[in-house]
Amino acid sequence: MTTAQHESPTSRPAAGMRVALMATCLTDTLYPHTARAVVTLLERLGCTVEFPLSQTCCGQMHFNTGYRDDATRLASRMNEVFDGYTAVVAPSGSCAAMVRDIYPKLPGVGEDLAHRMYELSEFLVDVLGVTDVGAYFPHRVTYHPTCHSLRMLGVGERPLQLLRAVRGIDLIELPAAESCCGFGGTFAVKNAETSSAMLSDKMRCVLNTGAEVLTAGDNSCLMHIGGGLSRLRTGVHTLHLADILASTEEDPWHVTQ
Amino acid sequence: MARNPVTWMGVPTFPKAAQEALGDSQLRSNLRHATHTIRDKRAAAVGEVPDWERLRRAGEAIKDETLAHLDTYLQKLEAAVTSRGGVVHWARDAAEANAIVLKLARAAGADEVVKVKSMATAEIGLNEALEEGGVTAIETDLAELIVQLGNDRPSHILVPAIHRNRSEVREIFRNQMPEAPADLSSEPKALAEAARRHLRKKFLSAKVAVSGANFAVADTGSIMVVESEGNGRMCLTLPQTLITVMGIEKLVPTSRDLEVFLQLLPRSSTAERMNPYTSMWTGVTPGDGPQEFHLILLDNGRTATLSDPVGRQALRCIRCSACLNVCPVYERTGGQSYGSVYPGPIGAILTPQLVDDPHDKQAASLPFASSLCGACFEVCPVRIDIPEVLTHLRARAVAEKSKMSPEALAMSAMATMFADPRKYALAQRAGAAAAKLAPSGSVSRLPFPGSRWTATRDMPMPATESFRTWWKTNRKDSDE
Repeated sequence: MTTAQHESPTSRPAAGMRVALMATCLTDTLYPHTARAVVTLLERLGCTVEFPLSQTCCGQMHFNTGYRDDATRLASRMNEVFDGYTAVVAPSGSCAAMVRDIYPKLPGVGEDLAHRMYELSEFLVDVLGVTDVGAYFPHRVTYHPTCHSLRMLGVGERPLQLLRAVRGIDLIELPAAESCCGFGGTFAVKNAETSSAMLSDKMRCVLNTGAEVLTAGDNSCLMHIGGGLSRLRTGVHTLHLADILASTEEDPWHVTQ
Repeated sequence: MARNPVTWMGVPTFPKAAQEALGDSQLRSNLRHATHTIRDKRAAAVGEVPDWERLRRAGEAIKDETLAHLDTYLQKLEAAVTSRGGVVHWARDAAEANAIVLKLARAAGADEVVKVKSMATAEIGLNEALEEGGVTAIETDLAELIVQLGNDRPSHILVPAIHRNRSEVREIFRNQMPEAPADLSSEPKALAEAARRHLRKKFLSAKVAVSGANFAVADTGSIMVVESEGNGRMCLTLPQTLITVMGIEKLVPTSRDLEVFLQLLPRSSTAERMNPYTSMWTGVTPGDGPQEFHLILLDNGRTATLSDPVGRQALRCIRCSACLNVCPVYERTGGQSYGSVYPGPIGAILTPQLVDDPHDKQAASLPFASSLCGACFEVCPVRIDIPEVLTHLRARAVAEKSKMSPEALAMSAMATMFADPRKYALAQRAGAAAAKLAPSGSVSRLPFPGSRWTATRDMPMPATESFRTWWKTNRKDSDE
């Protein structure tokens, strides 16, 4: 499958592959365009995408806040929802990490789904073997590598490989990229002042790049940083990696989206 | 049971203490500078070692093996120390350990003891206990001395005065050190020289020294202290009586195991290939060095920690403080916000376990003082999965709370909503309807507890059409 990397981006490396989309509750509710972008992108690459409608939330917020019984209940549900799919793809490093790292430790949940779970950039690069997805995005972009993608999943260079292959993009390195943005789920509320202090340093780094768009593989971190950037009226947009990769010359991303 | 002094009396919960610290811009600037410098140096020092990951795994394995058979190794250690002329004491808690040290100091006729920097003695509040008993404890490590003279509290494991800059140190010395020259400058060299002169007299007159231990070797009874300034070696060799207070988890089975830790520790803590001074002693040697050696084996919550299969990995800690230097929370709040001698990520998991009191609100707030970014686990030389223990302790804190607390009720309501796709879709539609009140697509002011978010961040509103609604409208044929 890795040979597909060198083929033309218009080829369909995944011809007919059946993929289940785990949209995540946050993206489903607040950023539906990102989930649609994942569908567009995967279909463009030849996948057959399915969206089991009974999916809701992976339980990460409950787990990380200490509510293990609730988390286990939600994890067991997701296990059933995605039963039978050989590949489940999520546009979220932290939700994918929840399934991959935490589910096996929850009573009665097991490792089955963990083995079939992919974060979007992992799925594209490792399973489909593509780094050039035929995207076009003529904007100045900087990339924040989100903590769970970086350290729990170890997605490494994959998102950057994908971004570098985007036509028209002006990709700028983010200073102190590996520093946490301060979101951390309920941390942002429980320790709001500390979280805000972390956020202001992250925003300063983003603004120093002069980027028009900040991207990441997780809408939760983008919600946090974007919420700060919006409050300061910086004009910098936050946009999920999937939205950039789905953008093409025929159907480009517009600021109004 | 007496209060365990591992946490400081009167310190508020973490979020409150942090809020105060965050307002101190000098502190934040001191910390940012110090942590970033040491962080970069550590990365370089670790990068030089080709088998770092194997070393980490070896360190983890040795510590886990020791912890799994702690009783056996401790008895071995006791027998070895005793056979070499040392005396072993067992202390269940801080009060017992402090009483033993005080008794020994008095027996040696000392009204002053010199101290090697030691986390164990800080943990039990030894200096304060000695003071109450009429014995003055003198810290000889430069940073500890700064904290002691400044009547301050430590804020870092390795560099307890990391929150102070040079000019602050100069002020402390000028006010508290009688022999400090009137024209003392804030040059590091001048400050070190002043401390040196001050301490030299103490080293030469002290009858008793108190130390901690970095490592103890079970099969030989040897104790090891590693340090950078040479003050430790003075304490360990000059006085007649040496008292070592050591947490029961600090031992390793054999001398050979030290090979691993002497590579892991200096690179992780000071970013050095090798620490400048490594002192090792075994019992007493007639005519050379201290002629009386007492080893106090301190429990103080460690046995309770050991009984927790997830939490016990915190006992692997070799006190390098690498996790503090990379922690984004520590970097902003400083160590004193943690209200304990063990700050930062390791403090957030070690302190509540040593305190072992579910009703202690301050200790219970510590596992929540993290964004779970995982940088601490990445640098830990003995692979303590700090995020794992954090979420484990959060679950423990939640279990102690009322199921009727506003948070518990909200969490339960959300779980019930998420457990039923119809209720979930209904909630989405309600959110989308509410979003019409905010035509900009985001809100800048939410009622409590959302106000904690919107104090500095806008909150996006639910989309008018959720993804699932879009899917049902456009793609449903291909699904269920």
